[in-house]
Amino acid sequence: MTMSTSSKISISGVYKAFGANKVLRGVDIELQAGKSLVVIGGSGTGKSVLLKCILGLLTPDEGSISVDGQSIHKTGPRTRQNIMGKFGMLFQGGALFDSLSVWENVAFRLIYADGVSRRAARKRAIAALAKVNLGPETANLGPAELSGGMQKRVGLARAIAARPEILFFDEPTTGLDPITADVINNLIRSQVTALGATAISITHDMASARKIADEIAMIYEGKIIWRGPAKDVDNSGNPYVEQFVTGSETGPIKVMAG
Amino acid sequence: MSALNPIAPIGQAVLGLLRTAGAISIFAWRGIRAMLLPPWYFGQVGAQLMRIGFYSLPVVGLTAVFTGAALALNIYTGGARFNAEQFVPNIVVIGITRELGPVLASLMLAGRVSAAMAAEIGAMRVTEQIDALHTLSTDPFRFLVAPRLLAALISVPLLVLIADIIGVFGGYGVSTVILDFNGATYIRNTLDFMTSGDVTSGLIKAGVFGFIIALMGCYHGYNSARGAQGVGRATTNAVVSAAILIFAANYTLTTLFV
Repeated sequence: MTMSTSSKISISGVYKAFGANKVLRGVDIELQAGKSLVVIGGSGTGKSVLLKCILGLLTPDEGSISVDGQSIHKTGPRTRQNIMGKFGMLFQGGALFDSLSVWENVAFRLIYADGVSRRAARKRAIAALAKVNLGPETANLGPAELSGGMQKRVGLARAIAARPEILFFDEPTTGLDPITADVINNLIRSQVTALGATAISITHDMASARKIADEIAMIYEGKIIWRGPAKDVDNSGNPYVEQFVTGSETGPIKVMAG
Repeated sequence: MSALNPIAPIGQAVLGLLRTAGAISIFAWRGIRAMLLPPWYFGQVGAQLMRIGFYSLPVVGLTAVFTGAALALNIYTGGARFNAEQFVPNIVVIGITRELGPVLASLMLAGRVSAAMAAEIGAMRVTEQIDALHTLSTDPFRFLVAPRLLAALISVPLLVLIADIIGVFGGYGVSTVILDFNGATYIRNTLDFMTSGDVTSGLIKAGVFGFIIALMGCYHGYNSARGAQGVGRATTNAVVSAAILIFAANYTLTTLFV
């Protein structure tokens, strides 16, 4: 497989299986710097596994994943650490550390990985919280004291606090009401633009995908079956995409009986 | 047919045991490596010293005082059968320092500390907080495992030293109040009979037990399965495996110290 050297993220021929369950069956994605790609797909199609492979949390059985031309999985710990330093991630459930306050969560990387003093880190954390419309009064609260939407916003603040080059969003609007989801989508779009970051999101929320994507790719049975500009998703000409976008029960996508 | 082969389940159990032993050994090695190599998170070590050491004082103290008291009564009763009641202080001190102090304190700590560690780290695994650590350029082994191992290595011997003192005074209390021993004579006999080897052998045991307690808590929590049931199972396994390994290590170390 050839790898485009101008790509920020290059995913080439990635396979991943868990026992007999073949989750990823040859995923290829090239993503240019500054672009926002949203991967859509139903539950169990391999979205989360793909994201975990890109983040280095899972090792693919075959294929390669590179960031700025450097392989994530075939590299030494120092290079890998440098690559991880480029990442910011918003987890589906927030994944906030409940033993730490909100500002300590946001400043976590600054304090523990970048060696920034607690005083300076707190200032930057409060600035990051302001970017997601949270006031300084939330800084000393614990994650358990926040609503789901606020937790997502704190998670977003944590993801952007160290000004990463690449942002990942795992189901950013799952579990939120439509208005709060729209707030999160707008925040994601504005922060990705403000940072000039490259972004990969996975979601099955089409409203979210339309809002935050430059491009949309659909994963089905472990493969990318369609990719195109976000504006074309409603006229993809692909029956799988059409069924997914319209949410229809009938079509080529096999629906598991509940 | 292999399904009917009576040897097959035994072979599978042995292979499973070997696999688990290998996984625990690799986990322990990674934990020791993380303890010895920078970066070190001293704040985390301090927090764990408080949790494992300071907050365990009441449970360890109460265990020791009642054990010392009951031991004195039993030795008095047994000794009376061959007119050896005067040996109560001597046998209490050797029993507490060499065996009961380290073993019973560690078993109580296995219940209190291993369970808490497995539940906390298991919940972090389930809620993706461990994945979040990776994405925040922080090695979970250095941030979560190493501070707990180090804190247990330091605090369990200190707790056992305190348990030794309290245990001896438990025996002293019963002996002077109920069994009419002279207090000064009891103390003098205790100090005359006790050797530094009695105490240090118990403290070496305590260090090993402390490592086992933290290792089992961290290992089972880190490898916790998804869901509440997974965390619950991890907690149970941590306590049971820590207790069994403490008994096994106690026998092995006792054969070295006799």
